[in-house]
Amino acid sequence: MSTASFHLALVGAPNSGKTSLFNALTGSRQKVANYPGVTVERKAGVFVTPAGRNVSLVDLPGTYSLRGRSPDEEITRDVVLGRFPDEAMPDLMLCVVDATNLRLAFRLVLELKRTGRPMMVVLNMFDIAQRRGVSVDIDKLSAALGVPVVTSVAVRKAGTEELLRRTDEFAARTREPARNNEWKTLSISELKALQREADRIIADTIKLPEKPDTLTTRVDAVVLHPVAGLLILALILFVMFQAVFSWAQPLMELLSDSFSALGQLVQQILPSGLLQSFLQNGVISGVGSVLVFLPQIIIIFLFILLLEDFGYMARAAFLMDRIMGGAGLHGRAFIPLLSSFACAIPGIMATRVIDNRRDRLTTILVAPLMTCSARIPVYTLIISAFIPATQIWGWVNLQGLVMFGLYAVGIASALGVSFLVKFFMWRDYAPAPFMLELPDYKLPRPKSIALGIYTRAKMFLYRAGTTILSMMVLIWFLASFPQPPAGAEGPAINYSLAAMIGHALEPLLAPLGFNWQIAVALIPGMAAREVAVAALGTVYAIEGGKEAADQIGQVLATQWSLPTALSLLAWYIFAPQCASTLAVIRRETGSTKWMVVTFVYMLTLAYLASLLTYNIARAF
Amino acid sequence: MTDVLDPSSKLLSRLLLGNTRRGFIGIIQGIAIVEGRSSLSSTELESQLIEMGFVEGARVEVLHEGAIGRDPIAVRVNGITIALRRREAQAVVVEPMQND
Repeated sequence: MSTASFHLALVGAPNSGKTSLFNALTGSRQKVANYPGVTVERKAGVFVTPAGRNVSLVDLPGTYSLRGRSPDEEITRDVVLGRFPDEAMPDLMLCVVDATNLRLAFRLVLELKRTGRPMMVVLNMFDIAQRRGVSVDIDKLSAALGVPVVTSVAVRKAGTEELLRRTDEFAARTREPARNNEWKTLSISELKALQREADRIIADTIKLPEKPDTLTTRVDAVVLHPVAGLLILALILFVMFQAVFSWAQPLMELLSDSFSALGQLVQQILPSGLLQSFLQNGVISGVGSVLVFLPQIIIIFLFILLLEDFGYMARAAFLMDRIMGGAGLHGRAFIPLLSSFACAIPGIMATRVIDNRRDRLTTILVAPLMTCSARIPVYTLIISAFIPATQIWGWVNLQGLVMFGLYAVGIASALGVSFLVKFFMWRDYAPAPFMLELPDYKLPRPKSIALGIYTRAKMFLYRAGTTILSMMVLIWFLASFPQPPAGAEGPAINYSLAAMIGHALEPLLAPLGFNWQIAVALIPGMAAREVAVAALGTVYAIEGGKEAADQIGQVLATQWSLPTALSLLAWYIFAPQCASTLAVIRRETGSTKWMVVTFVYMLTLAYLASLLTYNIARAF
Repeated sequence: MTDVLDPSSKLLSRLLLGNTRRGFIGIIQGIAIVEGRSSLSSTELESQLIEMGFVEGARVEVLHEGAIGRDPIAVRVNGITIALRRREAQAVVVEPMQND
């Protein structure tokens, strides 16, 4: 059907509500991928109009102009101009305009008009604008702009009806011969002239209220206050990490109980032997021990998506700009770094919003130091096994506090490394500018949050089902073969390939307090950090027999000393234990050099940190 | 395109947005860029400022200041709020608004 489908593209400024409109139109039928050859995220989806027309919709990166300041903005420009080789030229551009914020958007509309491509202006969030007293003469506006104008309320069910109807009408008409593209990069006087024209059109056709959004003003008085604002930011982050620990607990226990029940079931049904061991110890306990962390990952993403949709992220960048600037980072780096709490891969990809190459490179180098969700399984396992769950000061959970501490060390080391990078490599360059719109606060839409979480949970499950499962099978194989000779003493794993590799690495890792089981687990941990948990589970489950399979934590608590546990925590703060992150760094920087630099500096930090932690902990 | 101003230009002797404090309300007189203050070229910086709404005649109000060195600042320009560093705000020439 793709040949017959009608191509729509959403174009608009950041914060224009493009994404919520995209979600409203496509629902869950959307796909996130990369544009070929570049690493700009391509969001596309399909839907069927009321008239039964198949439409493919692409959500182009947000931009204020067609100048193409960053790789994202270049994509938007090239697709709009039909210069992008692998993307169909849109049959109709939907220029999304935040109805509460018209001046900048209309200048973009006028600039887009110069491309000569068919377009339609969508006044989005029209309900909010009306509530604030904005009244628009749609017909007059349409005549003044010279393009059709529709209103939409992306968050309401019927809010896109008119948009769909007009799209159908447009698609049904015979195509007008394409007009010539008159667009070229605007000079400053042209830019000013367009802005004046946009202002004139607004003055002629739209009645704007006198008062700004008073709620946003009042909230900002507190949230952007130099002292209160930073306290609120710290509180939000603190609550987020406490939540990751406490809220997720019941669900995690449920999941872990289900998986051990499943393991028991397999054990009862199947006869003892290789197949039983493979299913119970390799597959179920391996994948199960990673899937248990799904609730925590969902909570992290829930917070990030909520803050983003509220409009708080830009405020956080404002509050953090100077503090991050002290460490040589750009305020805009805050959002990529915050995303890196979920996963460094989207975080590194999000650095594309930083248009200065040096700032971007620094952010990419330090992003993997932020505590990603893949570290959570490892941290959780060790913390719950070694740190007592006592309450201090009556309300703070000690385990949560240690977790918070690990995050804090991650942040501090990221800032420290970026400071050193700036100081030694880019001392002579002036910092890039920081200019960011602070959008009005908006209530997040449950549907769009749910969609965001769904997409990410799906990605995590997909990874658990593919990469992690295959690593688990490999680990099980390494831990099971060769089988011990008949009549051999001790656990079977002591005769396996895993033990050989672990023993070979042991001398290197012994100064850190790591035993050979840890050394074995670290190897598949290169595929993804959380695999190490499953690997430890496999290694110890096979070694300890059937009763050990369900409670890795209890086994670790008896097998490891506290200094070893703390040393492994320190290792995990820094170690470059993620092949996919390294691959993304190479792709994003376009060079192997930066990937190697990242790997070497992180490995060095990890080794030193573990060495220090182990020896200090032993001294007490 | 605005030329890079020589230091004797009378625009430079006027009040710059980057030097104003929280609570300041004024009207933008123009963009005057001293090359080298920002890492952007003057054309690029001026384009960006215009795209964010810093145009002649616009009403501007300084709403917030950052915690360290009162930097960056958040200003309201024609109904939208923009966060920017004082370094870039130095390029915006303003005149205080009377009795408002």
